Amino acid sequence: MEDGPGGVVVLKPEGRLNMVAAPAVREAVASIVEGGRTKIAVDLRAVEFIDSSGLGALISGLKTARQAGGDLRIAGANDQVRLVLSLTNLERVLTPYDTVENAYGDA
Amino acid sequence: MSPWSWCAVKSDQTRVLPSGEIDDSKLDGLPQPVDQAPTERGATARFIAVRILVLLTLISGTIYIGWRWLFSLNFDAWWIAIPLVLAETYALIDVFFFGFTLWRAKSRPAPPAPPPGLTVDVFITTYNEEIDIVRRTAQAAKRIRYPHRTYVLDDGNRPAMKAMAGELGIGYITRGPGWENRPLHAKAGNLNNALLQTDGEFLLILDADQVPRPQILDRTLGYFSKRTIALVQTPQEFINVPDHDPLGSQAPLFYGPIQQGKDGWNAAFFCGSNAILRREALMQLGISRYVIELEEAVATALRGATRVLRRARRRPEAKADPRVAAALDEIRFAVLAARRAVRDHTESLATVTYRLQQTITRVSEELVGADLALIAQDLEAIGELNTETSADFDVLSDVGSNVDALTARELSPLGALSSVQKLLRSIDVDRDDEAQPLMPLATISVTEDMATSMRLHDMGWGSVYHHETLADGLAPEDLGTMMKQRLRWAQGTIQVMLRENPWAQKGLSFPQRTLYFATMWSYLSGFAALAFFAAPIIFLVGGVLPVSSSALEFFLRFLPYLVISQLLFFVASRGLSTWRGQQYSLALFPIWIRSVTSAVANVWFGTPLGFVVTDKSGPSGRAPLRLVWPQLVVAILLVIATIVGVIRLVLGIGEPIGTAINVGWVVFDLIILSVLVHAVRYRGYRAEEKSEGTAA
Repeated sequence: MEDGPGGVVVLKPEGRLNMVAAPAVREAVASIVEGGRTKIAVDLRAVEFIDSSGLGALISGLKTARQAGGDLRIAGANDQVRLVLSLTNLERVLTPYDTVENAYGDA
Repeated sequence: MSPWSWCAVKSDQTRVLPSGEIDDSKLDGLPQPVDQAPTERGATARFIAVRILVLLTLISGTIYIGWRWLFSLNFDAWWIAIPLVLAETYALIDVFFFGFTLWRAKSRPAPPAPPPGLTVDVFITTYNEEIDIVRRTAQAAKRIRYPHRTYVLDDGNRPAMKAMAGELGIGYITRGPGWENRPLHAKAGNLNNALLQTDGEFLLILDADQVPRPQILDRTLGYFSKRTIALVQTPQEFINVPDHDPLGSQAPLFYGPIQQGKDGWNAAFFCGSNAILRREALMQLGISRYVIELEEAVATALRGATRVLRRARRRPEAKADPRVAAALDEIRFAVLAARRAVRDHTESLATVTYRLQQTITRVSEELVGADLALIAQDLEAIGELNTETSADFDVLSDVGSNVDALTARELSPLGALSSVQKLLRSIDVDRDDEAQPLMPLATISVTEDMATSMRLHDMGWGSVYHHETLADGLAPEDLGTMMKQRLRWAQGTIQVMLRENPWAQKGLSFPQRTLYFATMWSYLSGFAALAFFAAPIIFLVGGVLPVSSSALEFFLRFLPYLVISQLLFFVASRGLSTWRGQQYSLALFPIWIRSVTSAVANVWFGTPLGFVVTDKSGPSGRAPLRLVWPQLVVAILLVIATIVGVIRLVLGIGEPIGTAINVGWVVFDLIILSVLVHAVRYRGYRAEEKSEGTAA
């Protein structure tokens, strides 16, 4: 977790974002929001693989951030992650940005 | 005039499973278990023979039907000539589909042994089956050799079932409180509920009366080493069926050449039981459905917002104050832009809703100073709105009621803005993903299995049909139950055709679309049957011939088609007895017709299907004749028509060759319908009751 530009908090999960890792992502988002920060960017560059549990964690994180008046955006997805986002239509909910900087380009 | 060719090649009416050839581009370097190579010497010869016969059948059939349309229609009797030629054309298309299915029907070589360490959940679904039936299945499930966990999914929520599960030391899952006052979605809902309470990588789905053999997982899990495989279906066979199979329970053609043929095109489909599924594939499917529903919810909310804003714009305050008017216009444009973006998928929902909310917030803040009095009044009204959408799976109805509540009110312009914002927030992309947001198994049809596998194929997953009996099931033992079961399958299939027509599924290959549609097409046969029954009656009684041709001309074109298609059928079915299935595909015509009319009423007009859970627990004496009254009426009409026809012949009014042909046709129809005589008289499988006494 690190600070990005414009007050955005950057979350950087690594490795396989699956059933094992998903709860950690949820908890991280929850603690960021509890700490009063609501603009979150998830940097997926270091994520090799994502499954439906990982996607569930992203949806859940988006909800948490939105309820607090903020947002959650994703960036840097590799091909496997983009394929899953596309197969599940989730790219129609969450835009996969190239970089964290672009993710909050409008902010 | 070819009822013979039509019912000879009746294809999918008995449901079975899929198998599939896989798109090699999606492989990920793991060991490849599957390749369609013939395993026996005779298989290659038969495979070639089938292909030749398919071509010959299609050529002769096309020549015949082309001639029928172009040169033989009796327009003076168009009212029977047209229905008859349509029925024959329907039948030829069915033959086309059958030939396409068979084109790649081969046996798969055995899959590799599965690696150790996979996690598997065995689900036994039950609603109202007797405890002892479920116990037998559960005990057998415990004996499955590959390590696994077994669960009874009891939609009947019965304490005795729970006690039985506890006694056997297996899991027991029933619906939680989250399902109260929600659509239960029958078996699909039952499975979806269990999916979110378990975590095995693979799921073996068993109906309560399908007793698995110990090797079922060892023989099938190996297919999943190919990462694109989502489903392995095995046959459904029944042990409580006598050899003459009076109710047509066994489906050797379906759980054989048809599923193998579908498998050859990677289109083998899920038949509800005796199948192994990959959890990840189902969960991804659940997410994709969630996205689609969310999209619909957002679109609904935006439409509602447009209405609210349009009304606010017409109010005097808006007309009086240019600042208010400008603000409303700005928001309206933003909403319209958002609607376009959602409709055209040009931007993600998160982006669209976020930007719209930002716009509304900014515009509202700009207005606040000018409009305080009205705000207070409106906030009070808005406060009464229920914007708490609880669980996820009724997204649409929740949004609908919010929209209705909002648009029913007269809100001031600023009130309109904040209520629009509130509406958006209520359907924001923040749906809870924990309760039961995901419905991985399709709930659009009472046959969730076929609908689910079509969606899996649409997403690019592959399926396998494994042609080896690995479970022993119980079939319905009385005509009434059997008919309800067939009605349900047919209704479910038609529901899928109407709701998610395979031709409209972008992710399906052309063969997959064709094969799913082929199954649906086969259920439309009831209407064709009417023409095939009516034509001989009309000729024998009234002397009206729908075909204007000499007998020679007719037979010259019809006989090759008939003979070759029969031969194809014989070779393709590998000598298995498929006669029962052929008889029932015609004799159950009232069921097929009703399935179409009730599914149409359900999908288009919201009428309930009148769905009844199949009760397979046992026979209750002779079936009442009222179950088959339409067939009885048809049989009586056929007999009367024959008598009239013979009298007309004797009196010199009738035409000899035509009468002979049509009497032959009537005899054929009666032989087909005679299957129901056996079915009505059937009192259940007594032999099994005896042997069960000793086995237990």
